[in-house]
Amino acid sequence: MSGNYGRITRDGLWDNNIVFAQILGMCPTMAVTSSATNGLGMGLATTAVLLASNALVSSVRHLITPDVRIPVYIVLIATLVTLVDVSLNAWAHDLYKVLGLYIALIVANCAVLGRAEAFAQKAGVGEAAMDGLMMGLGFTLALTLIGGIREVIGAGTLFANAHLLLGSSFAFLETTVIPEYKGYLLMILPPGGFLVLGFLLAGKRVLDARRAARAAAVAIPEAAAN
Amino acid sequence: MDLEKLRGKLVYQGILLGGVALLTAGALALADHATEADIRAAQEQDMKQSLTQVLTVPYDNDLLKDTVTVPGEKSDVTVYRARKEGKVVAVVFQVQAQGYAGPVVSMMGLDSAGKVLGVRVIKHKETPGLGDKIEPAKGDWIHSFEGKVLGEPAADKWAVKKDGGVFDQFAGATITPRAVVKSVKGGLEFFERNKPLLLDEAGGVK
Repeated sequence: MSGNYGRITRDGLWDNNIVFAQILGMCPTMAVTSSATNGLGMGLATTAVLLASNALVSSVRHLITPDVRIPVYIVLIATLVTLVDVSLNAWAHDLYKVLGLYIALIVANCAVLGRAEAFAQKAGVGEAAMDGLMMGLGFTLALTLIGGIREVIGAGTLFANAHLLLGSSFAFLETTVIPEYKGYLLMILPPGGFLVLGFLLAGKRVLDARRAARAAAVAIPEAAAN
Repeated sequence: MDLEKLRGKLVYQGILLGGVALLTAGALALADHATEADIRAAQEQDMKQSLTQVLTVPYDNDLLKDTVTVPGEKSDVTVYRARKEGKVVAVVFQVQAQGYAGPVVSMMGLDSAGKVLGVRVIKHKETPGLGDKIEPAKGDWIHSFEGKVLGEPAADKWAVKKDGGVFDQFAGATITPRAVVKSVKGGLEFFERNKPLLLDEAGGVK
């Protein structure tokens, strides 16, 4: 069982990462990654919804017939997102003022439905929740990375305004990487998102290919020795 | 009854969909009921906060209770009046203009002489990193209105520098500051047109 959870963790964070491998959820990815803080906020909000929706879908999986599963999942996900939205608005209003924009966008993230469909409906509640958590963290990682790169090149800062999202104790995250920088607009605008994502995707491919080649190089002498 | 047998039937799917819809609608109704009061309180708090941000003069009344609704150019404008010993010393109201990516809504405060006390953009969808310098957290630009009146600068100088006015634009974003300048100017003109009503000069102490 622990091997299974390890596999889920690896899948979510790297091998099957929502952004870098499945290329899902491009709408929020492109829309909010103009800064690292925005990426982090969107990632965390999505993680919460993914975790809850995977657990919910998994727990009702025996009741749902394949023919009507999609509408049922969509209603469940939309309900969860709305619940998160109103409860944050009521009880964590300051956080809501920062995250509010992202929360409604989560419904448009097909990765949430994708995980319900591809994983949660076939797995136990524990594994499904773990998958939601890890996929969410992988998504958060990807968004923060893209946001960070765009922010450094585009504005010369990193994690600007982090205190608005995480509270003033995280103000130390806010750094000016390049002082007196005039900014490179293209990176903040939508094309910057596509450029950064393209380079990161290419980079991941190169890394994976190298790793595969190394694994093959190790395997061949072993086979020869046998 | 056997669940497996039932699952294949059309009626089961209908009941399933209906049941899910009913449950989720119920959950949403409950959540709405549970959060309604808190959300309203939080929004009122926000409102009060945005009102006091643009009010730099002392006052002694409850702003949210002393309002007057005046027909503006497109829709009715709710004006909040700040009083000191019964006399209106300042008014606060919302103005808006079309920005780059939707309306830019600002709250502006004027003293009884029509001098701008402060302007805060409260809602906008402008490009992050470019147009959002209108937010006080991201730039000082919004403070450039403070102390200005209609006529000082002259009416045709109420524009961004690119249009021959006195207000800065941002690198890469002209439409956004242009919209804010336009809405503030519109607000000042609105104040001039409705001055007696806004300052409650006819009614006296309430």
